[in-house]
Amino acid sequence: MDRDDLLPLYRQMLLIRRFEERSAEMYALAKIAGFLHLYIGEEAIAVGAIAAIRADDYVISAYRDHGHCLAKGSDPRHVMAELFGKATGLCKGKGGSMHLVDAKRNFMGGYAIVGGHLPLATGLAFAVTYQKRDQVVLCFFGEGAVPSGQAHEAFNLAALWKLPVIFVCENNRYAMGTPITRGIALYSDLTDKARAHGIQAETVDGMDVLAVRTLMQTVVSKVRTDAQPYFVEAVTYRFMGHSMSDPAHGHYRTKEEVDAERKKDPLVLLRQTMMQQGLATEADFKRLEQEAGETVAAAVKFADESPFPARAALDEDVYIE
Amino acid sequence: MLISYREALNQAMREEMRRDERVFLIGEDVGHYQGAFKVSKGFVEEFGRGRVLDTPITEAGFTGLAVGAAMAGLRPIVELMTFNFGILALDQIVNNAAKIRYMSGGQLSAPMVIRGPGSAAHQLGAQHSQSLEAWFCHVPGLKVIAPATPRDAKGLLKSAIRDPNPIIFIEAQLLYATKGEVQEGEYTVPIGQAEIKRQGDAVTIVAYSKMLLLALEVAEELASEGIQAEVVDPRTLKPLDLQTIVASVRKTGRLVIVEEGWRFAGLGAQIADSVYTDAFDYLDAQIVRVTGEDVPMPYARPLEDAAIPDRARVRAAVKQVLHRA
Repeated sequence: MDRDDLLPLYRQMLLIRRFEERSAEMYALAKIAGFLHLYIGEEAIAVGAIAAIRADDYVISAYRDHGHCLAKGSDPRHVMAELFGKATGLCKGKGGSMHLVDAKRNFMGGYAIVGGHLPLATGLAFAVTYQKRDQVVLCFFGEGAVPSGQAHEAFNLAALWKLPVIFVCENNRYAMGTPITRGIALYSDLTDKARAHGIQAETVDGMDVLAVRTLMQTVVSKVRTDAQPYFVEAVTYRFMGHSMSDPAHGHYRTKEEVDAERKKDPLVLLRQTMMQQGLATEADFKRLEQEAGETVAAAVKFADESPFPARAALDEDVYIE
Repeated sequence: MLISYREALNQAMREEMRRDERVFLIGEDVGHYQGAFKVSKGFVEEFGRGRVLDTPITEAGFTGLAVGAAMAGLRPIVELMTFNFGILALDQIVNNAAKIRYMSGGQLSAPMVIRGPGSAAHQLGAQHSQSLEAWFCHVPGLKVIAPATPRDAKGLLKSAIRDPNPIIFIEAQLLYATKGEVQEGEYTVPIGQAEIKRQGDAVTIVAYSKMLLLALEVAEELASEGIQAEVVDPRTLKPLDLQTIVASVRKTGRLVIVEEGWRFAGLGAQIADSVYTDAFDYLDAQIVRVTGEDVPMPYARPLEDAAIPDRARVRAAVKQVLHRA
């Protein structure tokens, strides 16, 4: 482990954290509307996993997608502008928080029907194989998608046709308000659901960005060379509510539980590791904090000052003429 | 050359797969079984298993896989064994294929064809006999094609495969064995163009897919009674070639619309609305729709016959708009 290797991971997680905290404020100010699902607490998974792939590898996500999009390298200004519904947003303001897409970075989108994007991920991987390329596909989804039919259809096809897709299950333990033990039969961990389809699977501590990255480096390398899918369960916790309309600890989680989980904050964990090993100083973190603050402030300013889409945009991009 | 509707589809896909490496065929039993209706006969032999993919019976999974493949640059043809099973893939068709271009602000798209038979065959029961084209026509982002003749089936399927948008291509089990003249060599039929299948001046009958054949039969009967019906085949249901329909109505002043689908909120309701909007002053009679009955398809033959438009009902509708009941 060295400083130049770890600081970027912290920088990315911090950016996502601060970006989303400001998003929540902007939501309260009605600059952002609709559904806004925050990734706070889960940042180590996107950052650790995406750090293990190449720039031309594909990433596809569900509706809690800000972290994956930013980790894939999207410009925070264009992401924030999309949340604001502005013409300068990644998707010209037509997608919104749940449907971020950055095609030039092969960030293939956020999808808001639970389980529905897992078949798409297998399709991206199918195209890679068909065209004899060597990319991999990272498909992020919550544990709430695991019992869905579309997920299992995707697992089966990926295994059957040996497609280079890595299913990264972000197990934050609650499918909105339903705990996993009330949603999935015989739950101990989720890897057996993938193994049932003949997919190799492992569980990792999703709060530990280094553990996630280390595992993913091995997995990505296997998937890239061996032509096979893989399933990774990253155990995590959502510090905030399901969306902005759900308080951090509603009827389904106790304050004590949330407080206890917050002590496992992935940012704090990496910071402690780096401090203990003498790889970074308070001054470094102060500087990173300032940098993230400036980046997010610039994103908010950019979004705020950008125009809304013109009326003419309403009819654009329904069809390709 | 005189070929069957089935052979026309086979030729269209074969020619396009030869022309474009990105095109592949995926669906249940499309390979070694050669398609449930033998549309892909000879394909696995010519193109191999890499481009002719037999799938498990998981419509959402393989349709979604095709959408993802299209997003990554391929040109899938999804064969649904029948559109009844396509209901299982509706999330993929409606939420992903149809919307991805719009949601992404034009960054991604899903150029693909989803094809297979719709409508009733003979006594297959409620779950295997339905005409769902109105559902798909309702969704922005999809184009919907329902050819009736081998010539149109071939030319439109080739256009559909080349089109950059997601396309619903609805065939019919009872059309597969029907034969028609198809020109030799390369040709396409443009999407979004209706065709006047029979000239006339007394009444316009709009009908598509299987119902076109019914409309043409009735038109011949009426001709012997001195009534010349003009039969317009939209061929593409969305985008609808309203111009051709309206031009015909302006000539005849009378319109009968025949569709096999359920009456309530059926495609004919949309066509009637459009004609009332664009050509109200040219109408000499109220538009009459002949449709399937608003019931799940019954098994018993007399009941099934009663649920589907037939010659008598089309004749009666024509007489009604001609005020000759």
